[in-house]
Amino acid sequence: MSRTTPRRTASSGALRPVPARAGIGLKGPHVAEIVATAPDLGFFEVHAENYMGAGGPPHRWLEAVAARYALSVHGVGMNIGAPGPLDRAHLQRLKTVVERYRPGLVSEHLAWSSHGEAFYNDLLPLPLNETTLCAVTDHVREVEDVLGRRILIENPSTYVAFDATAMPEVEFLGRLAEATGCGLLLDVNNAYVSATNHGFDADDYIDTFPVEHVGEIHIAGHAPDIDDAGRPLLVDAHDRAVAEAVWTLLGRTLARTGPLPVLIERDNDVPPLAALLAEAARADLAIVTATAGRPALQGGAEDARLFG
Amino acid sequence: MRDYSADFAVPLLDPGAAVPPGVVGGTRRFGVYRNNVVVGLVEALADAYPIVRTLVGEEFFRAAARLFVLDNPPKSPVMLDYGVGFAEFLEDFEPAERLTYLADVARIERAALDAYHAADAEPLAIATLAAIDPDRLEAVRLVPHPAARVLATRHGAAAVWRAHTDPGSAGPVRAEGDADLVIVRPDADVAAHVLPAGALILFAMLAEGNTLGMAAAAADEVAGFDLQAALVALFAAGAFAAIAET
Amino acid sequence: MPSLKTPLSAALIAAAVVGAAAATIPSAHAAEKEKCFGIALSGQNDCAAGPGTTCAGTSTRDYQGNAWKLVPAGTCTTIELPEGRMGSLEPLTRDLPG
Repeated sequence: MSRTTPRRTASSGALRPVPARAGIGLKGPHVAEIVATAPDLGFFEVHAENYMGAGGPPHRWLEAVAARYALSVHGVGMNIGAPGPLDRAHLQRLKTVVERYRPGLVSEHLAWSSHGEAFYNDLLPLPLNETTLCAVTDHVREVEDVLGRRILIENPSTYVAFDATAMPEVEFLGRLAEATGCGLLLDVNNAYVSATNHGFDADDYIDTFPVEHVGEIHIAGHAPDIDDAGRPLLVDAHDRAVAEAVWTLLGRTLARTGPLPVLIERDNDVPPLAALLAEAARADLAIVTATAGRPALQGGAEDARLFG
Repeated sequence: MRDYSADFAVPLLDPGAAVPPGVVGGTRRFGVYRNNVVVGLVEALADAYPIVRTLVGEEFFRAAARLFVLDNPPKSPVMLDYGVGFAEFLEDFEPAERLTYLADVARIERAALDAYHAADAEPLAIATLAAIDPDRLEAVRLVPHPAARVLATRHGAAAVWRAHTDPGSAGPVRAEGDADLVIVRPDADVAAHVLPAGALILFAMLAEGNTLGMAAAAADEVAGFDLQAALVALFAAGAFAAIAET
Repeated sequence: MPSLKTPLSAALIAAAVVGAAAATIPSAHAAEKEKCFGIALSGQNDCAAGPGTTCAGTSTRDYQGNAWKLVPAGTCTTIELPEGRMGSLEPLTRDLPG
């Protein structure tokens, strides 16, 4: 590793906007190849929490990648969908990562992941109603205030529903964006997974999604299962190639949104880099094809602007 | 409204518990979350303790890790730190009782992982120390390198660990013997070095902020301690970062 | 033998530091030759940052047997214990929380 580990370099401080192109998640086994071969990609996305260590090789690698590529920082632990107050220490850690790497995009999830002292390392669901919208709105405002910039909030994959849910997810997200000025991260695979799991129409979801707020799109693979009643149950496993149905839905989405950054998410059973580059090339083609002649509604560059 | 996160969280780590109130979809659907949490945390432990996993095999590791996970979920969203306490869990884990070295192997893996993510710093060269006025050396305090940590290992754990990290080491390993280790990451790579007698105490005392004179006196209680040899070992490893301002 | 409260003499310490400084230069080669336990040597540990966060579910099933019997399958079976036996694990047959 020593031979190829880049020396620590001072961060350039430049904020590189995320272009309306395909990107992939940065995975340890690929880093050396990425640094050595510099594949043609729009951006890389990383989980904020994985760069909250004080130092070491992960930061060196990320600095080397960030020197050449646009970066999207995706948080998974901010607990934005929890009823209680945010973990302020964790918010400061997120701020440190964002200030260190100055990514073009910062995003989090409409989900919670901690309760009491425990962190569950999973994106857990919440009922959608006026009470939770109020709490989530406060949380997003606080995160944006502390970071001093706009963030994107992602629609989740869900497997259960709540008696206490009183509004559709698209309405909840649209009102959240209106109230806070935050952007949205539209995960097309999550839309497909949740539509299948809850028996709503994925096309309708995309057609009614408040696309004017979308700043990034995710696509990923899902795993098929069945529930107690023998009905299809899809798990957002990120462990295989993107499904054809999701590619189709991506085309429908891009036709509405215009060109946007599209991330290929692959977190389990990570294949050789070439396989992800092939999916990224297909996403690039989808961006060009579906949005030919259309201006961007709002590209990553918009999100790159700092607040006042 | 009830606290949905409290209702939802409790049964996540209790495989026998019912689906929480107000949650619609049934056992298998709620089970996706339970499964994500437990499998995800077991895999996190597997990533933190790859040698323990290799030593005991996949099935045994997953079964042991699962028991640890159910009682010890992470306390922070920073997963890099997850698994602290796994060595102590293994120490008391009856089915692994005969693998006397297992808990110390886990301690070495933990120290190596912590060193990997520790702050970066240039190691202090001994020449810098030697340049100080000899009369002042006794009162000098040293700042440990952020990655450096010392460990007293028993039952051949250091040799067992080494056999699984160094592809060049072949042949049977005998699980016997104690070794004091210093785990360091002077630059990109984590390394572990065997320390001479008393060097562990010397480092530990210095890391607590004691003067070189006090630390050396404490280490001198250890049979076979040689200050020069201890300094050579610690400085060659890159165990210090600076001379503290006095 | 000096007690904890009596520092080693300044002269002793100075001699050791000077001696160590002199000894460290030629020993650099020895340290390199030793190679110790460099994690990067293992290959499998390259880029291993330990556990990370996830934003994905899993299709791997949690194993929830009430009672299980473990057969040692890891490399512990090739490690010689002091009493001369190999380090097999005890089969675990008692009930464990599912």
